[in-house]
Amino acid sequence: MEAIETKRLTKFYGRARGIEDLDLTVHEGEIFGFIGPNGAGKSTTIRTLLGLIKKSGGEASVLGMDIEKKKGKLLREVGYLPSEAAFYSGMKVREVLEFSAKLRGRDCREEAKRLSERLGLDMARKVSELSLGNRKKVGIVAAMQHKPRLYILDEPTSGLDPLIQREFFSLLEERRAEGATVFLSSHVLSEIGRYCDRAGILREGRLIREDSVDKLTGTGIKRVTLQGASKLPEIDGIRDVKLTESGASFLYSGRADALIRALAALEFNDVTLTDPDVEDVFMHYYEKEGE
Amino acid sequence: MTIFFHELKRDRVRLIVWAAAIAFMLGISIIIYPQMTSQLEGMGDMFSEMGGFSEAFNMDKINFGEFRGYFAVECGNVLGLGGALFAALIGITALSKEERDRTAEFLLTHPVSRSHVTAQKLLAVMAQVLILNAAVALVAVLATLAIGESIDGKLFFNVFLGYLLMQLEIACVTFGLSAFIRGGGIGIGLGLAFVLYFMNILANLTDSAEFLRYITPFSYADGTAIVSSGAIEVKYLIPGIAYALIGVAAAFIKYERKDIRA
Repeated sequence: MEAIETKRLTKFYGRARGIEDLDLTVHEGEIFGFIGPNGAGKSTTIRTLLGLIKKSGGEASVLGMDIEKKKGKLLREVGYLPSEAAFYSGMKVREVLEFSAKLRGRDCREEAKRLSERLGLDMARKVSELSLGNRKKVGIVAAMQHKPRLYILDEPTSGLDPLIQREFFSLLEERRAEGATVFLSSHVLSEIGRYCDRAGILREGRLIREDSVDKLTGTGIKRVTLQGASKLPEIDGIRDVKLTESGASFLYSGRADALIRALAALEFNDVTLTDPDVEDVFMHYYEKEGE
Repeated sequence: MTIFFHELKRDRVRLIVWAAAIAFMLGISIIIYPQMTSQLEGMGDMFSEMGGFSEAFNMDKINFGEFRGYFAVECGNVLGLGGALFAALIGITALSKEERDRTAEFLLTHPVSRSHVTAQKLLAVMAQVLILNAAVALVAVLATLAIGESIDGKLFFNVFLGYLLMQLEIACVTFGLSAFIRGGGIGIGLGLAFVLYFMNILANLTDSAEFLRYITPFSYADGTAIVSSGAIEVKYLIPGIAYALIGVAAAFIKYERKDIRA
């Protein structure tokens, strides 16, 4: 059984595209990163999986349960963090968390207290008085306090300071060690590279690549940095060019011998060839598909 | 019943303010009746001769100098219009406020079905209408006893029942509309209540607007009409019940299918 599986999943808002023919697979027990810029359809995918919006076509299941036929049952097993968490004004953090637990028919007070302490969240505060980051923490605790099997997190780290981000990811790692699956969307590529096992790249409503983060970053692409070079080698397969006073840097995909021959015609002091980071890979796929 | 109690708790201040305001105004109107009796006797004749204006408010049909007549008119002014506005306000915001306040995403990603949410919110709306009317009726009875007037049990019951049914109808219809909008809507709700109120006035004024009585719930919940005939007009009540049922059905059907936007 897969944690999330979609086949040709499609959502149109009237005529406007949300997602189109999306085939996505998230295995149980992995941390999966869903990458794409704003408007690519990340939130649409998540909201369709959770039944907030109705699909226009295709099929999808979460933890083996059809998203329409078994919606109530699957929501029991899911913890969801929206990208912009909003709660009932006038309620205290503790009341919001208790309300959420009650809607699940559970008593999660101990876990809520433990999570709040780790994230530095004051449960006695009113939610309407909280900063963006603290509201996010309320959302995180609400998504985690019932210990679901699957976490669906829409841009979870926006608004959190770096220390809390680290604590948040270590919580996710702990839950994954207990067998849970994490599906998170982000446009912060470094955190996908650091924390995710696999990732999917979404572009204009379609999934253009889905693979392990290792493979995504090891597809024969190299970042080439030339110290002291004033021009680029004359060769195909060059993108994401950065020309500075100290030299040139670019992404290269193609045969290595061809690159070396082309470089031999240039003047430069030093050369480094490195594996690209996730950001480079992302740009690589984005520009390639866009052509 | 988690959502039901959550709704009552969220709306408690609004309910208390509206119930207190309506009960206070109706109570005061009743308390000042003895001081007004002498003036009212003359006014009763005057109203009977004023034609159109009196007809608009059904004041030609009753003896304004009697307490029951005075009570019916005041009830119509205070509980009739005030209760209708309250019912429209809570009905139109019941479902739409979740999207307006962006809490729909939080609520609906819990393992509760949309129809369950709709049902509990509808119950909460009806409970609030009931509580408001019970509080207002209690104050009215106490005020009546305080000025030494006798209580005509059947009449009081029919008058309050009429207004209660009218408010429930308005609440159900606006509740149905609430499923179609994404916030705001207060203008639509209050506007609808006023339009229905004026429809009844128009129907009182001219026979050619008689058909409006089958549209507005103020036709069967008209205190003065109930005082003069002694009962609620069933032929106006039946379409009212139908409108309420349509409103409720529309809410369930629409909310089940609605896309919740971010």
